[in-house]
Amino acid sequence: MDYFLELFCSGLTRGSIYALIALGYTMVYGIIQLINFAHGEIYMIGAFVALIVSGVLTIYGFSGVSILVLAAVIAMIYAAAYGYTLEKIAYRPLRNAPRLSPLISAIGASLFLQNYVLLAQTPDFLPFPELVPEFAFMEPVAHIVGSAELLILVVSAVTMIGLTVLIKYTRIGKAMRATQQDMTMARLAGVNVDRVISITFVIGSVLAAIGGVLVGSYIGQINFYIGFMAGVKAFTAAVLGGIGNVPGAVLGGLVLGLTESFAAGYISSAYEDVFAFGVLVLILVLRPAGLLGKAVRQKV
Amino acid sequence: MLSYCKKSLGIALWFVFLTFPFMVVRVNTLKDIVEWRWLNMLWVAIGAFLLALAWQLARSRQAGGDRSEASGAAETTRGLGRRLLADPQLYRPLLGLLAAAALSFPWLVDTYQANIMVLALIFVVLGLGLNITVGLAGLLDLGYVAFFAVGAYTYALVNQQTGLGFWACLPLGGLAGCFFGVLLGFPILRLRGDYLAIVTLGFGSIAKIVIENWEAVTGGAQGIANIPRPGLFGLEMSIDAVTTYTYYLMIGMVLFTIFVTNRLKDSRIGRAWMALREDEIACVAMGIDMARTKLSAYALGAFWAGLVGVIFAARNTYINPNSFTFMESAIVLSIVVLGGMGSIVGVIIAALVLILLPEYLRAFSEYRMLIFGAVMVLMMIFRPQGLISNQRRSYQRPAAAGEGGND
Repeated sequence: MDYFLELFCSGLTRGSIYALIALGYTMVYGIIQLINFAHGEIYMIGAFVALIVSGVLTIYGFSGVSILVLAAVIAMIYAAAYGYTLEKIAYRPLRNAPRLSPLISAIGASLFLQNYVLLAQTPDFLPFPELVPEFAFMEPVAHIVGSAELLILVVSAVTMIGLTVLIKYTRIGKAMRATQQDMTMARLAGVNVDRVISITFVIGSVLAAIGGVLVGSYIGQINFYIGFMAGVKAFTAAVLGGIGNVPGAVLGGLVLGLTESFAAGYISSAYEDVFAFGVLVLILVLRPAGLLGKAVRQKV
Repeated sequence: MLSYCKKSLGIALWFVFLTFPFMVVRVNTLKDIVEWRWLNMLWVAIGAFLLALAWQLARSRQAGGDRSEASGAAETTRGLGRRLLADPQLYRPLLGLLAAAALSFPWLVDTYQANIMVLALIFVVLGLGLNITVGLAGLLDLGYVAFFAVGAYTYALVNQQTGLGFWACLPLGGLAGCFFGVLLGFPILRLRGDYLAIVTLGFGSIAKIVIENWEAVTGGAQGIANIPRPGLFGLEMSIDAVTTYTYYLMIGMVLFTIFVTNRLKDSRIGRAWMALREDEIACVAMGIDMARTKLSAYALGAFWAGLVGVIFAARNTYINPNSFTFMESAIVLSIVVLGGMGSIVGVIIAALVLILLPEYLRAFSEYRMLIFGAVMVLMMIFRPQGLISNQRRSYQRPAAAGEGGND
């Protein structure tokens, strides 16, 4: 039973990270129908900035959880800046191009960012400074859920609730929903569509950076290549839940995380990705629009 | 101009801020070293300023061109291409020259260069194969390289187990690719657009993971070595000769592929693909069997990948899972899109440029993937329709008097 709970918690942890990144994919896709392939790289950049900040500070003799908070804030700022710039350079000029063009542009941008970090920093895996304290009150259950895992669960839950509130109740959230429904109509109604798209990229990037910092401090090491697989998995999660659908991304992330965790725990850890994609194919075959997606009837 | 400079200055400052943690600080948490590289900040500032200036000039020229000449620029470039293709007096000598260059190539350069050329030609065929799936039928495939791997491993394994030679395995590899194409095609027939893309991406990843982990059969991460090179009636050949031989084999293969895709394009099934690409619903409403059309596009694309997979394994004499990553799929897809979807000449040019350029950019070997990524982005921004945009077939009344109206 303990083993089951352990797998369940680790699946939940993984799932919430996937969900955090998937939210960025799904929001961008919902508005401009673009698979932002470079989103995984934004996550990697967030993790790297946090590593650089906390690394420099620990080497100069500081320590403690406040450094992690500082590093996370700076990482979020930088990820937002990169997401904003990326949209401006690689996607905005292609707003009216054929559908495959921005996708290729995104693959190019992803390659560029990966190699930029590789060249400017190092190809090696770098260890993350250990900054998350062990919570004392957790002694009896610590082997089931660690303090880092608990931190991830709490932070991602809070972030997702924050995002829901933002989308549901604020002005910008309303503008985002309007743009998602019909870009032309939103523009006619006085919504600054370009700004909404920029803000969507910024929000998605901030979420990805939070994911990056959490994973960095949880797994303990990162390198320039981590963005790729995380990006693929998060995109899978977004599709699983029904792309363009915000609660769907969270559900898809959790389903994916739990599947992987149980498959790795009970069957074989080498094949966990195969199970992840297997579930994806299965769900898409049964429900082609994803778990929470609505089947869109196309008008002819 | 001054306003451009001012704007570029702002952009340069923004990029200095953006690149600061990566370019200026280098931290190594393994050895606890922090390296400060303030000089890099200067380079970033200068570079970003110049690039921003060039970017704005290019964009303003592009916008200006669009406004003043409307489609004038596109018309002249296409006009040139079309004139070359339409006038036999112009294109025949050109074709002859090209053929002579292609035939004499291995005798003019050393084995190393010929070997690189073989690789480039392999990607030409891969591009042309994917062009069937993506360019003609409009089915986005992000896991194309899986079929390539299927072909390569088919040859390696069949050869290892049964001793069958290259020529016997060549059709086997193609058929194996085709089989997997149908296998993948079946469950995803109902999916559209991006859902399709992610499932194919998943399939590509699954193929790689299976190859990596199924050590008993595929040799795992170590791969399979000692794969025989292509033979010619059991003739003993030196490395040089076999490279030249493979080169001609690839040239033949490219010609064969061009011939087949060209014929397919105008066939009933080819037109069904293009109809599917343009509008799925209208296509089905016209009475086209969507399942068969989609499956055939997948299966044929996969067939070519399997075929060249065999040649790839024979050329390298060694294969391992690292040759079949998502990156390769992305490169083949870029070849199709950069070349211009559905355009055969465009795909060939794009494949040669994309594969040969990084090879000859060895001088900047560290930076080549960086440049490659940047070129992909820039290419899409400044020429999104690809190098050579596919010309739509248009039927003139008198020419089409006897036929037409069947489909």
